[in-house]
Amino acid sequence: MARPLDRRAFLKITGQALGGGALYQVGAALGTDPRAWEVADLLGRQNGEAVTPFSFVQLSDTHVGFQGPPDPLGTRAFEQAVAQINALERQPDLVLFTGDLTHDSEQEGESLARMKRFQEIAGRLRVKQLRFVPGEHDAGLDGGALYHQVFGPSTYSFDHRGLHFIALDNVSRAKPEVGAEQLAWLQRDLARFGRSAPIVVFTHRPLFDLKPEWEWYTDDGDAVMNLLAPYDNVTVLYGHIHRHHEHEAGHARHFAARSLIFGFPDPAGSGDKQPLPFDPARPFKDLGLRRLELTRPGSRPVLGVTEVELSLREFSGTVGINQLLKGLDLT
Amino acid sequence: MNRLRTALLLALLAPFLAAQDPPREIEIKAKRFQYMPSEIRVKKGEKVILVLTSADVTHGLFSRPLHLDAAIPPDQTTRVEFTAPAEAKAYTAICNHFCGSGHGGMKMAIIVE
Repeated sequence: MARPLDRRAFLKITGQALGGGALYQVGAALGTDPRAWEVADLLGRQNGEAVTPFSFVQLSDTHVGFQGPPDPLGTRAFEQAVAQINALERQPDLVLFTGDLTHDSEQEGESLARMKRFQEIAGRLRVKQLRFVPGEHDAGLDGGALYHQVFGPSTYSFDHRGLHFIALDNVSRAKPEVGAEQLAWLQRDLARFGRSAPIVVFTHRPLFDLKPEWEWYTDDGDAVMNLLAPYDNVTVLYGHIHRHHEHEAGHARHFAARSLIFGFPDPAGSGDKQPLPFDPARPFKDLGLRRLELTRPGSRPVLGVTEVELSLREFSGTVGINQLLKGLDLT
Repeated sequence: MNRLRTALLLALLAPFLAAQDPPREIEIKAKRFQYMPSEIRVKKGEKVILVLTSADVTHGLFSRPLHLDAAIPPDQTTRVEFTAPAEAKAYTAICNHFCGSGHGGMKMAIIVE
């Protein structure tokens, strides 16, 4: 007799970091457990669209326009990540960018030039479904006016193969907050979904108090998570902290992506928030590779995480990375 | 005789009059990307008033454990009453209003002793 279906287990997100980003494969469980398809069908009836396997990528904190220490390589890591994604045999369906696409500038016309440069590099992706949210370096100085002009709305949602994606802006207001208007929008947006709906929220700052004294928080993040609390399967993807981090609370799992410019130190430490130093011998140090893999050692799936430092002996295009990735199945 | 009575009365009331002394005021000026002074010291349980001004753009002064969260717009003075906690400790307050590329490093120390 088959075991009872585990609704929460049916949809897990497994990812493989990719040159500083993260590749999330949705539906891995569907392929390994035939009974999970029953759950997918059930949710498809409830939510209007059945979940079908696909992958997507999260990239974050490209800071186009940033110059000087600690990273003198400018956009090279971003360009490298784009090349790596393009090299994937099986292309992801979409790429999410979780803010700080550009580094702020007060020189006239420079912010726009940096956003255009970002679009030029991102436009090299073979994947054409690109979704963005701003970071404070994109939107903090002008309340998001230029960002909206170039990239469009910073709060929106869409459905993709049974997943409901929600973009939240927690940088365009003066303080790190989402604000009452966006919270009301979120409540309306969620109203059509049943509690089993799989939801992916992407935003820039953490929606919980990761380290408030480093401004790693969102003032009304609790209010956001309270609205999401009734839902069984919530994944929050964010950037801002320039390092990998995982956090679980209630039904929600929070994943931070590494930056494509430089890393920040471990928030559990007692030191200052200083960028990790650039090592010319290992230019992609701290922009590492993260592989998340779904396994089923017992009755419940487990999301395993493997960190691989992306460190090249010399900056030599894709050769070093390809050598490093040899043996890892990224397709 | 009257002088003696007045002096005695003042002596008796002195502790109460002292208790009504206004809180100490501490002036802090914010400008991109620093606070001046960068460190203040307060006694455990002391009530102080932070007198905050900005020399350029709107800044913030934020510390979760100290329950501080003030906006400091330019061209005006912001007064924030603040009671130091009972525990002697060094706290960090940061600017939480994005003010430019050095914003992430804008902070000050509040030493409770």
